[in-house]
Amino acid sequence: MLAALRCMVIRDLTLAMRHRSDVLTTVFFFIIVVSLFPLGVGPDAQLLKEMAAGVVWVAALLASMLSLTRLFADDFNDGTLEQLLLVPQPLALIVLGKVLAHWIISGLPLVLMSPLLGLQFGLEGDELIMLMVTLLIGTPVLSLLGAIGAALTLGLRGGGVLVSLLVLPLYIPVLIFGAGAVTASAAGMGADGHLSLMGAILLLALALAPWASAAALRISVE
Amino acid sequence: MDKALLEIRALECVRGDKQLFSELSFSLEAGSLLHVHGPNGSGKTTLLRAIAGLVLQECGEIRWNGELVTQQQDEFNRELLYLGHHYGLKFELTGYENLKVFANLSGSETSEHEVEAALTRFGLAHCVELPVKVLSQGQKRRVALARLLLQPSKLWILDEPFVALDVAAVELLLEVIRTHVASGGMVILTTHQEVAVEVGSLQHLHLGSSVRQH
Repeated sequence: MLAALRCMVIRDLTLAMRHRSDVLTTVFFFIIVVSLFPLGVGPDAQLLKEMAAGVVWVAALLASMLSLTRLFADDFNDGTLEQLLLVPQPLALIVLGKVLAHWIISGLPLVLMSPLLGLQFGLEGDELIMLMVTLLIGTPVLSLLGAIGAALTLGLRGGGVLVSLLVLPLYIPVLIFGAGAVTASAAGMGADGHLSLMGAILLLALALAPWASAAALRISVE
Repeated sequence: MDKALLEIRALECVRGDKQLFSELSFSLEAGSLLHVHGPNGSGKTTLLRAIAGLVLQECGEIRWNGELVTQQQDEFNRELLYLGHHYGLKFELTGYENLKVFANLSGSETSEHEVEAALTRFGLAHCVELPVKVLSQGQKRRVALARLLLQPSKLWILDEPFVALDVAAVELLLEVIRTHVASGGMVILTTHQEVAVEVGSLQHLHLGSSVRQH
């Protein structure tokens, strides 16, 4: 079972390495969107600091949408998806492998970039760490929930826009608690509650999303 | 061995609002080959996909070893190798990497040597290290077919396996199919080409004679 999971992750990472431009688009999109806000809002340090967490989080949501449509679409188009449905492994495990690879490609770079972007907004020490921690817990949820949307809209015309409409509302809890944790810790209140809730959301998504995506894939492939 | 391994009972498949076939029953035992005939649109591909479990049938049963396929999906998938119209290959990966992924996922212990031997058998020794996208149509098909040699599946479902193959490759594939049937395997295939597949116990199924429009 673990061998199959590892095999899927390595496969998707290898594919991503041969399509490096796709990976870089997501990261640069994130950087540019976040960087546009200080330019648009003006150099009001206090205002920027207050909106930092929200801006970085919304940009992370949008950036993760960007690569979501391709999560299953490439495999669907070249027929490897139907072959993956037929391997003697639980489909949820295959999906989990793909989601994990997707997170490493599109979520992890955002986590790593976030302290640099936070500096632009005048965030300091603890707030930067808190921003990174919330993204570290939150971005896997984005990939997991996004996989359900990507699987449901597979093969549909205009699937990209439809995925956004389906999935962005589901991201709201993660957004609220993620940005909330940073704001709370900046205000000197503890962020433990927010973090625990995010952890709970992650565990729930980890347990349920692969099954839901697998069921959606079976319907879409037919 | 008389026992039928694969049994199809009263199968009915519908695409959109068109009934492709209904009340379709047949059984297949070890060491036999089923050649599915029929004009375009008669439901050959749908039948093969239904047996593979990629399409849900409208009604009817598909049994493997006497039990419903849906109740033993993993066991059935282990015994099944389905090659469809798509190559099912990642074009950015090399032929070797493609085969290795499927060998790993199917849980069989396949050594590098075996994968290379399979590719060599299909005349691809010189392109083991090339990404599949630079290969010709026929070579891509050969890479896909090399999976036949690697996975110890009992039931092969081949949808138009001869498309894009040259004469030598057609001969080779026939040889591979003959060996498989002779060693107790089962093959279901469709092809429009006239190819002599007179091996083992051969059955013909003609679809399309009873196509009705609702």
